Amino acid sequence: MVAWLVRRLAASIAIVFAVVTITFFVVHFAHGTPCGTADRPLPPEVCRQLCRRFGCDKPLWVQYVKYLTALAHGDLGESFGLHRPVADALADAIPNTFTLALAALLVDFALGLALGIYQAVRAGRFGDVAVGNVALLVNSMPVFWLGLVLLLVFGQWLRWFPVGGPNNPVLCPHVDSPYCLLDFLWHLTLPALTLGLVGAAATARYQRAAMLDVIRQDYVWTARAKGLRERRVLLVHALRNALLPIITLFGLAFPFLFTGAVLIETVFAWPGMGRLAVNAILQRDYPVVTGAALLTSAMVVLGNLIADALYAVADPRIRVRGGGGSA
Amino acid sequence: MAGAAVLALVVVAALRRRVRATAPGRRFFRHPTAGLGLFVLAFFVTIAIAAPVVAPYPPHYQIDIAHPDRPPSAQFLLGTDPFSRDVWSRLVYGARVSLGIGAVAMLVAATIGTAVGAVAGYFRRWVDTTLMRLVDVGLAMPRIFVLLMAVALWEHIALWALVLLIGLTGWFGTSRLVRAEVLSLREREFVAAARALGAGAGRVIFRHVLPNAAAPIIVSGALGIGNMMLLEAGLSFLGLGVPSPAPSWGNMIADGWHKMAVAWWSSTFPGLAISLVVMALNAVGDALRDALDPRKEAA
Repeated sequence: MVAWLVRRLAASIAIVFAVVTITFFVVHFAHGTPCGTADRPLPPEVCRQLCRRFGCDKPLWVQYVKYLTALAHGDLGESFGLHRPVADALADAIPNTFTLALAALLVDFALGLALGIYQAVRAGRFGDVAVGNVALLVNSMPVFWLGLVLLLVFGQWLRWFPVGGPNNPVLCPHVDSPYCLLDFLWHLTLPALTLGLVGAAATARYQRAAMLDVIRQDYVWTARAKGLRERRVLLVHALRNALLPIITLFGLAFPFLFTGAVLIETVFAWPGMGRLAVNAILQRDYPVVTGAALLTSAMVVLGNLIADALYAVADPRIRVRGGGGSA
Repeated sequence: MAGAAVLALVVVAALRRRVRATAPGRRFFRHPTAGLGLFVLAFFVTIAIAAPVVAPYPPHYQIDIAHPDRPPSAQFLLGTDPFSRDVWSRLVYGARVSLGIGAVAMLVAATIGTAVGAVAGYFRRWVDTTLMRLVDVGLAMPRIFVLLMAVALWEHIALWALVLLIGLTGWFGTSRLVRAEVLSLREREFVAAARALGAGAGRVIFRHVLPNAAAPIIVSGALGIGNMMLLEAGLSFLGLGVPSPAPSWGNMIADGWHKMAVAWWSSTFPGLAISLVVMALNAVGDALRDALDPRKEAA
């Protein structure tokens, strides 16, 4: 198990390293410099000074080696546009994205599992078909569009929820009191619900299939034959095994959450990683772009690693042998 | 519009009559929403092809710039957008762009994915290892992020380049799927027989292995088109997809977004169109899976 973990970790680091390298070169080979855009170039003198400061007057491979050396020391460089270290900018944004992703995951799995189990129990009947089709429709929606519609209905028309931002800028610039925590959660509801609903639609589909698979097995009938209550049979005996495929979904949820976050954070003016990355890309802020790519790919790889490890823990039939066959 | 609906119905009915004679055809239409999904797809394909006939106004025509954001009415079926363009007309022309991007990008992705997966699965050893590590890296990079970088950093991207990029970043999953298929197929007797007869690697892969792996590729392709369309919509929404005056469903949502509070229709209908088409593609993909799986023969 330890050897397997070490090998997987090494492979993960290699993947992240490759992503950073690709991003670094793609970003630098692209058109444009930090000297403004083609329509609005900066004066050449300013550009030269900027270049000296950020080291972009040196050959590319020197820059690459310098970047990697700094990275090894935990330094992600300095942002061109924000006038602060990239690490600081990321550190400000990460908690916001993390809270959003966590809340979305909560909605995703709580709702997805409940609906999936309900569907499996009522398989083929009206409840199952109705929930299934609604889930399929929600799963087919562009996530940012669902956000816009929820915003329109609950923010604009009904005025139940605020229309954007992470908090009330006047009364609660920082979360430092119970009232402000409530305010934060109130702001969090719609974006988390949007991401969570789309995720829940997919989770429900998988959970239904997994539950149906298990329900037909002999040991479930044995449990019923013992005279256990149906509720106990389903929620204790069947669910335990039906949860396995969900672990895979958990690993897959990370890329989805990030993709969703890029769009959802734009819709809801949520100051997280996604918005930071999009703005950095639009402003050609290379160090921030590379830093964000590093962080997101690390999270995706970590998600897969956690999912694999959870699998091994949850299912004793999956024996992890020294390292082989686990890719 | 009614004409398009009737035509779509006729197409679906004809198709149904044709394929009901075969077992896979019957399995396809046994799926509860396959017929409906096929109808939705046929409808949107019809209006896309017949766009100049179906759309009452040209897609860029600004009808009355002094009075934009007209609500849906008999004259403007789905209202007009903030630039005073007819939403229904743009939706019709946008079907060409959005469906086209989805289909072409998926074709690119499926081709590359199949090629890479087949080569990796057939030759194994270091070829397999190298290619699959590449796929690992590809899967670790959030796709929308890669696309955003590529599109934003190369200024003013052309439509064909955008489609190519969406396809080029979408083949990783397919290649894994195909590799798994090929790995198991290459051990079968008929492949050994073909090799024993002196067939080269190319011939074995194309004539013997891949035809037997077609079903999962087709199913994942059908399901993948929807993803491509959602991705295009997301990019366009961020202002980095299809360049603005051209109507795609994604940038129609983006155009109407900021005035959603006063004119909900110009963002809502294109989003609804995407949802419907993606849902239809999912239903058809599911039904195809049922139809093409020979193990379901007995059921």
